[in-house]
Amino acid sequence: MFTLIASGEEAAPSVLAVPVDELVVGLLAFIIVFGALGWIALPKIRKALAARTDAIEGGIKRAEEAQAEAQRSRDEYQQALAAAREEAASIRTQAQADRAAIVEEARSEARAAAAAVTASAEAQMAAERSQATAQLQREIGEVAITLSSKIVGQSLSDDARVRTTVDDFLASLESLAAQREAGH
Amino acid sequence: MATNVLASVFASGGPNCHFENSDNPCGFPAPGAEIFQFDSVLTFQIGSIDFNITKVTFVVILSVILVVGFFLYAFRRPRLVPKGAQNVGEVGYLFIRDGVAREIIGKDGDKFVPFLFSFFFLIWTMNFMGILPFAQIPATSVFAIPVAFALIVYLTWVPLGIYSQGGWQFFKGMMFPPGVPWPMYFLLTPIELISNLIVRPFTHAVRLFANMFAGHLLIATFSVAAYYLLSATVIGIIGSVASLGVAIALTGFEILIQALQAYIFTLLAAVYISGALHAEH
Repeated sequence: MFTLIASGEEAAPSVLAVPVDELVVGLLAFIIVFGALGWIALPKIRKALAARTDAIEGGIKRAEEAQAEAQRSRDEYQQALAAAREEAASIRTQAQADRAAIVEEARSEARAAAAAVTASAEAQMAAERSQATAQLQREIGEVAITLSSKIVGQSLSDDARVRTTVDDFLASLESLAAQREAGH
Repeated sequence: MATNVLASVFASGGPNCHFENSDNPCGFPAPGAEIFQFDSVLTFQIGSIDFNITKVTFVVILSVILVVGFFLYAFRRPRLVPKGAQNVGEVGYLFIRDGVAREIIGKDGDKFVPFLFSFFFLIWTMNFMGILPFAQIPATSVFAIPVAFALIVYLTWVPLGIYSQGGWQFFKGMMFPPGVPWPMYFLLTPIELISNLIVRPFTHAVRLFANMFAGHLLIATFSVAAYYLLSATVIGIIGSVASLGVAIALTGFEILIQALQAYIFTLLAAVYISGALHAEH
């Protein structure tokens, strides 16, 4: 099998020959490389890679925790914000209701006050009117008496006198009215 | 035995062996298997083994020094945040761990990362020696080197299979692939046995060896052609420049093949280990 290619004219050694010395060199070469790398170099890098994986996974875990924390505080903040908004809204509604109530109260008070003023004015007017009426009636009576006595005391045939008397009466009425006006 | 490609040219026709050289006519001195044979600079004996120290030995030693030196340096004090050589080394480590060990073997794969890692980077470096100026011989193009590697893989996965599956179970799984009607076993069992236990390590070694051998031979052939055709004639210049261009293009292509063959060898080692660990065929 090992002489397939060795068909040269001279005694050229076959390329498929396996000299023992070269075989030993090959074996030794691998054993040295395997020993040096397998026992010295590669365990170091394996450890370093494991440490790095740990570091990265730890970092990811920490980042996840921080993110969860941030999420939690954001939720809390938003809840607080929502609560505050709700409170503000309720306060606003309350204030509006209060304002309406206050306005209504003020309005009704004003209305009541106005009504009271009107009523007192009306009562006063009524009282004054009744007083004036009573006074007028009394005065009319007096005037009537005075007039009657004047008429009776003088001659009734004298038309001019009657007319004068009536005129005097009317004038006295007017002066009376003027007096009352001034005296008021 | 010639020590390098140009020496092989000189040997077959002398330094003036050129196309269209009427003073010294000679045919094209195509490089052959002899360019993989090197004179020994030192010979000694340990036990019954004669050791011939050749250029290939030095290339192997250089490859070992480069691989071990680089990774010892890169991973000397690994930092949490890698930079420089550690970054490069980590890319290699993660490539073998995630791309080969975990991908092929599964969750047991991490144990075999140093094994696969050593193979990949040692073979890649040895292959790379094919285009490193002055080295210019892939150590893996000398058949004994891939044989040594394939032997290590073979002596790993066979005992591993017996150990992790039990001897009978391991060989049963190999000889009687499931899902086949039983009469087929008369045909299949010998084929499977031979293919798994005898052909597999052989092809594992030959695949790497033949690729590097052929690649090196191609580059050598076109390099020699560039020298051989070089003369002060139109045809000589065109031929020489074209050959040189092909040699350069092939060198670029070799860079790809070097990495690819190292990867294939490592991948197959992982596949064999995975088959030994897990019972399914």
